[in-house]
Amino acid sequence: MIHLKTNLDLKPLLLVPVLALLALPLVGSFDTWLTLSVAGLAMGMIIFIMASGLTLVFGLMDVLNFGHGVFIALGAFVATSVLSGMVDWTQSQELWRNLVAVGAAMMVAMIAAAVIGLAFERFIVRPVYGQHLKQILITMGGMIIGEEIIKVIWGPLQIALPLPEAMRGSLLWGDASLEKYRLMAVVVGLIVFALQAWTLSQTKVGLLIRAGVQDREMVEALGYKIRRLFVGVFVVGSGLAGLGGVMWGLYQQNVVPQIGAQVNVLIFIVIIMGGLGSTGGALIGALLVGLMANYTGFLLPKLALFSNIALMAAILLWRPQGVYPVANR
Amino acid sequence: MLKRLLSNDLPRSPWLAWMLAAVLLGLAFAPFLFPGVKALSVAAKILVFIVLVASFDLLLGYTGIVSFAHTMFFGIGAYGVAMSSNHWGATWASLSVGVMLALLLTLVLALLIGLFSLRVRAIFFAMITLAVAAAFQTLASQLSEWTGGEDGLSFKLPALLLSSTEFSDTPFWGVNLDGRLLCYYLLFAAALIQFLMLLRIVNSPFGRVLQAIRENEFRAEAIGYRVVVYRTLSSVLSALFACMAGVMLAIWLRYNGPDTSLSFEIMMDVLLIVVIGGMGTVYGSAIGAVLFLWAQSYLQDLLRLASEAASAWPLLAALLSPDRWLLWLGLLFVLSVYYFPTGIVGRLRAKAIV
Repeated sequence: MIHLKTNLDLKPLLLVPVLALLALPLVGSFDTWLTLSVAGLAMGMIIFIMASGLTLVFGLMDVLNFGHGVFIALGAFVATSVLSGMVDWTQSQELWRNLVAVGAAMMVAMIAAAVIGLAFERFIVRPVYGQHLKQILITMGGMIIGEEIIKVIWGPLQIALPLPEAMRGSLLWGDASLEKYRLMAVVVGLIVFALQAWTLSQTKVGLLIRAGVQDREMVEALGYKIRRLFVGVFVVGSGLAGLGGVMWGLYQQNVVPQIGAQVNVLIFIVIIMGGLGSTGGALIGALLVGLMANYTGFLLPKLALFSNIALMAAILLWRPQGVYPVANR
Repeated sequence: MLKRLLSNDLPRSPWLAWMLAAVLLGLAFAPFLFPGVKALSVAAKILVFIVLVASFDLLLGYTGIVSFAHTMFFGIGAYGVAMSSNHWGATWASLSVGVMLALLLTLVLALLIGLFSLRVRAIFFAMITLAVAAAFQTLASQLSEWTGGEDGLSFKLPALLLSSTEFSDTPFWGVNLDGRLLCYYLLFAAALIQFLMLLRIVNSPFGRVLQAIRENEFRAEAIGYRVVVYRTLSSVLSALFACMAGVMLAIWLRYNGPDTSLSFEIMMDVLLIVVIGGMGTVYGSAIGAVLFLWAQSYLQDLLRLASEAASAWPLLAALLSPDRWLLWLGLLFVLSVYYFPTGIVGRLRAKAIV
């Protein structure tokens, strides 16, 4: 949660620069390191966008949604359709036309994912409230059904998702090349984080969400319908996963139906590291995972995913509940 | 005698007893009752899956925790045999070294995962096993020098288990008495022994504690049982049995690759069999495995026919295509968890009480 304001716990925040500095001597060249770090931060911000909804859903209602990846895959595939339908705009050299195209793709993807999220909550999640075992099984089943339906609609093969013209290429800073899109992803991620932090810390809804994560019964006793709040968070979280899916697809420049399951693994690592229910923790976890994935992808490509699991194990040894444990759970 | 053999956990339903007897006799005489290479392969696969599913049920049905790394241990067993036989030749020694190494790796991995994830909260377990299994699958297909990558490994077995070894010139009841038949009965004996061992485990005091934890973790802890220790032990045991099931599969197929033992599809099959057969009953795994594996080949053919019949409507044809087998499996799975949570065995037992 927004621990940053109430009781400033700086140690986890320091993990991100510490990891980056530790990697510097291993990578060797400063320019390569800078390129990798920017890529890592971009990847981390995208993962954060996707993970924040999931962690809040768990925090509010104790619901562990293994089907979160469906919304990611859906967002990415919707983006391929939207962008291929706007060829005039994506092929244009003018940046604003590209931004309109990508913005439209993001909007459509978010709406699609949010609508499916609403249905998913109603038909898959609602009947099994309070039963962890069944929740895990059912949402996993929902994930598989969703992935197969995506294969029926868009085909089982990889679809290219090229970046619009003006977003390709990279800026040179010294000898380090910083890809434009990655810088953009960092900016979008920061905007989403700022909006989210503002909503959670400054609005009434945010207050209720934070209170609900801390103590659900108390909020209900005060007369608020936490169920309705939860549906709202679930839908917004799904929409954010759709947005993340678009950005992830553009980051990889291609989309496969298995994208949801692949990213799901990363997201789980992130929210466990961050502490289930904590958005601040999810941000730190996501940045760590993004940086780690890029450094090891450069140093020891075969061990990329294992390095993240090792990182998670190390963090759990230090703080068994994740970096920002949420009270009462 | 029978009671002791079944660890005092009798079927408790006449129908169930008949079905189990039919499964046992059918598998015991499968080479004679169902001649043909394909039928024997299906029977062998059923044996493997009975062990695999029963060991998963120890976790899901008895302890109440979900693991998505069960196929990882299955794969470790299969790769252990495949890699050792490939490297050190087709001898009994290399086979047993492979099994030993696989069991050791399984023990260490399961212990590590269990201690890390079960120490704090059980729901971590599902997420962490998913992550580790995904990482392992990638690793297995990338380390192609050892594992053969996506192509997998074909290997040779000791000559005694090959069909070229004839024990008798004259067929017995129309079946050649060769090494392949011996291999089948080796699998049968292994499956039967492991099945009875699992039955023994779940009906022991240890198994009762696991069920207590499943029903109410807090009370079990309050009575004085270390929940973490019991859960970790249960996950290690279950992983070891899964590893043995992998060994059996590899010995039968004389081949192993990522798709045959590690794929997520197998995990899905196992989940579905457990739910259909009945969570929390070892017998359910036997009934479920037979029904499912029999239906699998049959239903996929049916889907193919339906898809061809529906070729006029492209969307319907795409939905019914055999490639979308997993879609129907997923639907069936969700519906079974909702409406059929106790599975076949649970239903039969409930009926027998009334």
